[in-house]
Amino acid sequence: MTWRGVFRILLKAALLFALANVLFAALNPLEALGSLSLYNRLWPGRERLPYGENPAQSYNLSLDNIPAMLASHTLSRPKAADEFRLLILGDSAAWGWFLTNADTLAGQINAAAAHTADGRRVVAYDLGYPVMSLTKDLLLLDAALASADPPDAVLWLVTLESFPREKQLFPPLLQHNPQRVRALIAGYGLHLDPADPRFVQPDFWGQTIIGQRRALADLLRLQTYGLSWAATGIDQMIPAEITLRQSDFEADVSWQNYDQPTALTADNLALEVLTAGVARAGVPLLLVNEPMFISGGTNSDLRYNAFYPRWAYDAYRTLLADTAAATGWRYLDLWDSIPPDEFTDTPVHLTPAGSAALATRLLDAVGTLE
Amino acid sequence: MTLDLRAIGLIAAAAVLYGLLPARARGWALLIASTVAIYLFQPALPIRFSDFILPTAALLLTMGAWWLTRRPADPAQQASRCEDAVSFGLILAVVIGLSLFRFVDAPYRLTPSRPPDPLALAMAIAGLIAVCAGGWYALQKRDLLRRRVLVAGIAALAGVFVALKAEPLAIALSGAWRGATGQDVTLASLADMNLLGFSYVAFRLIHTLRDRQVGLLPVLSLREFVTYVIFFPAYTAGPIDRAERFATDLRALPTLRAFDSARWSEAAQRIGAGLLKKFVVADTLAQGLALTPALAAHAEHPATLWLLLYGYALRLYFDFSGYTDIAIGLGLLFGVRLPENFNRPYLKTTLTAFWQNWHMTLSSWARFYLFTPFSRWLLGLERKPPTALIVLSAHLLTMSVIGLWHGVTLNFWLWGVWHALGLFAHKQWSDRTRAWYRGLNQTPRRKQAWTLFTWALTFHYVLLGWVWFALPDLAAALRVFAGLFGLSVGG
Repeated sequence: MTWRGVFRILLKAALLFALANVLFAALNPLEALGSLSLYNRLWPGRERLPYGENPAQSYNLSLDNIPAMLASHTLSRPKAADEFRLLILGDSAAWGWFLTNADTLAGQINAAAAHTADGRRVVAYDLGYPVMSLTKDLLLLDAALASADPPDAVLWLVTLESFPREKQLFPPLLQHNPQRVRALIAGYGLHLDPADPRFVQPDFWGQTIIGQRRALADLLRLQTYGLSWAATGIDQMIPAEITLRQSDFEADVSWQNYDQPTALTADNLALEVLTAGVARAGVPLLLVNEPMFISGGTNSDLRYNAFYPRWAYDAYRTLLADTAAATGWRYLDLWDSIPPDEFTDTPVHLTPAGSAALATRLLDAVGTLE
Repeated sequence: MTLDLRAIGLIAAAAVLYGLLPARARGWALLIASTVAIYLFQPALPIRFSDFILPTAALLLTMGAWWLTRRPADPAQQASRCEDAVSFGLILAVVIGLSLFRFVDAPYRLTPSRPPDPLALAMAIAGLIAVCAGGWYALQKRDLLRRRVLVAGIAALAGVFVALKAEPLAIALSGAWRGATGQDVTLASLADMNLLGFSYVAFRLIHTLRDRQVGLLPVLSLREFVTYVIFFPAYTAGPIDRAERFATDLRALPTLRAFDSARWSEAAQRIGAGLLKKFVVADTLAQGLALTPALAAHAEHPATLWLLLYGYALRLYFDFSGYTDIAIGLGLLFGVRLPENFNRPYLKTTLTAFWQNWHMTLSSWARFYLFTPFSRWLLGLERKPPTALIVLSAHLLTMSVIGLWHGVTLNFWLWGVWHALGLFAHKQWSDRTRAWYRGLNQTPRRKQAWTLFTWALTFHYVLLGWVWFALPDLAAALRVFAGLFGLSVGG
C-alpha cells in the first residue's frame, strides 16, 4: 500500500469517527441505550439498584444512567396477574448496606410470602439507593413509574439526614440527570434551584462518544458484570468484620450547619418533596420514619447517635408527625423499634435480624395499604 | 509504566523519530531504547532499589551470557571487538545515566522509583565485573571447562528462574534482602521479586547458551545479543524469537527504507488488531465475564461456571494474542519482524495442532530444547524403553516445563501434565486410527461430522485445562471441576 492509500484510509476513518461523534452528540442516545439490557433476559435481574465502587469484588458498579439502572432491576419484569407490587424507597438502609439480597427489607418481605386479603402475593422491590436525599427518592420513583408496570403500594423509608434542603441536590445521580430533576422541580414546585451550579450539563464535546466514553463504558460494564452477578448472587462486598457504629460522643449538639439548637421547619427541611412523592406515586404510599440506633453511651443525653443530636431529631419527628397528620399522609414512626444491637456500621444500617424485625413491622402495615 | 495505551502511543511516536535517524544509528538506537525500556516497564517494588537492581541484574546476566557464547577465535567476533567495547560502555552509561533520575522528581523519572546512588551503583557494577573477569581469566584456556561453564550457565539461569518464580524461594530471597536492607522481613512476598519479562529473558538466554554449546549459534556482537534478549516490543509478553533470525533483521536495518508504506501499514494493522483484541475484547471479558478465583469460590450454578470458563478462555487468548499483535506491529515499525505466536489455536481439531498454534514460539522452544533432545536421549539408551513410554515421558517433561514457565506452582504443573496426557492420548489414538481416518475421505459428511466432533473435543479439553491455570490451588480447581459437572460448588 502506498502512503497515498494510507492517508486516504486515515482520512476516511477520521471522517467516519467525527461523523459518528457528531451524530451521537445530536441524538444523545445514552438513555435509550441504557434501556437495552441483558438483565431479565440473559442474566437474572438485579434485586437492588446498581451501586458499587469496587466492581471487581462486588460485581456491581455505580452509574448515572437511570434507565440502565432500572432495566437491570427485577422491577423491569412484567407484573404478574396475582402480584401485589410493593416498591420500597429509601437510603442505604433500604438498599441493604452490608446485607445480602435475602436479608434486605425487600428480601425479608418476599421471604415471608405474604398475601393480601384478596389473595395477591406481596412482592417487594428494593428501590433504595445508598445516598441520603429525598429528591433522589422522588427521582427514582418517578423514573420507575414511567418505565415499569405500576405498583400497588409504596413504602418510603426516610430519616432526618435525607431532609436538609441543601443536601437535596448533592448526590451525583441527581447532578448527572439535570433534565429529570428540573422536570420534577417544575412539575411539583419543589423549592430547589433549577439552575443549581452542581448540575452537570455537558457541552457539545461532552456529549460526543469521546465525551461520554466513561458513561458508555459503565453501560457495558453493567451488562458484563451481569454474568458474575448471575453466577454468585453477590452485588456488594460484605466484610467479615464490620466496624460498629459509634456509641460514645463528644459533648457536641451540632447538626449539619447548626452549632446550636435551631427551629426546624419547611424552610430548612424539604418537606414538599414528600408531598410530591405522595402525589407522584398515585397509589397508597406509606411514609416510614426508619429505625435508628439509640445510644446509651457517653453524652447520649445530648445525642441519639453520630448522626443526630437529640434536639434536631426530636424536632424533626414532631414536624414530620404534625405534617403527616395535617396533610393526611399515611405515616408510621418506627424510629425506636429496633434494639441498638441490631445496627451495624452507621446509626441506620441494620443487621439481618434487625432487617427481619423491621420487615415484620412493615408487613403488618402493608395490610393497611391494600 | 507497563505496555499500556500510553506506552504503545509513545513507542509508535518514537518510531517516527527512529525513521529519521541515520541508517547506521538504528541498531544503536534499538539497544539504547531496549535498555531504557526494561527500567521503564518494570513495576515499582517494595524493597528499596530492587526495581532498579533487578533489571540491572537481568542486563548484567544478559551480558554475561553473551560473554559465554562468544567465539573469541572467530574472525567475525574479533571484528566486532571495537563495537562490543562501545556497546558495553553505552549500556553501562545508560544504566548509570538512569540512576541519575535519583535526583529528579518522581513524575519525571524513567525509573519505577528512586534509583540507588550512581557512584555506589558504578562501584558495585565495576566490582562485579572485576570478579567475573577474574574468574573467567582462570578458566578461559580450558575448552572442556568452557563447555561446563555453558552447562553451568544454563543451570544457573534455570535456578534464578525458579528462585524468582517459586513462592517459597522468592519469599526466602525477599526475606534475606529485606533483612539485609533493614526492611520488615514479615512482609516478604513473591511480588517483591517481580522482575518483569524475566520469563522471556531466561528462555532466550537458555536458547543462546544451548545453541552455542552445540555450535548452532552464529557469532553475535554484544549489541545484537543484548538487543535480541531485551528487545522492547517483545520484552514483556514475547514472542520468544530465535537469535539468528533476529540478528538477520538487525543486520538489515541499515538498508531498511525508513518510511516504507507497506511496512508501516502492516504494522498499523497489527497494532490496531492487537489494541482491539487486548483493550476492547479481553479487557471487556475481564469485567466480570471471565473466571477468577473469587468468582469460582462463589459461583452457584454449573451453567454460569461454564460461561465464566468460556469467558476466561477467550479472555486469555485475546489478551495474549493481542499483546503479541502489538509487539509484532511495534517490531515492524522498527524494522524487526518478530515471529508469529498464535494462529487460531481454538479452531484446531487436535491437541497437537493446538500446541502448534498456541504460544508457538514457546512450544517450539520446548520442542527444540526439551522434547526432541530428551526423546533422543531415551531412544539412545542401551535398554531402550517402550516407544509409548518415551513419548509419554517426553510430553510430561516438555509440558511440565511449559506449565512451570508460567509460575512455579502445583496448578501450573498440573496444567502442563493435563496437556501432556492429552497430547500422549492423541498420539496413541492417531497412530491406531490412521487408516480409518483416511477412509473418512470417502464420506465427506462423516468427515465433516468427525471434524466438528474433534474440534469440540479439543476445544473443551483445552477449556477444562484452563481450570488448573486460572485457579491458585488444587482445592479450588477441584471445586470448579466438580461444579462444572453439577456435583458440588461453593465455599
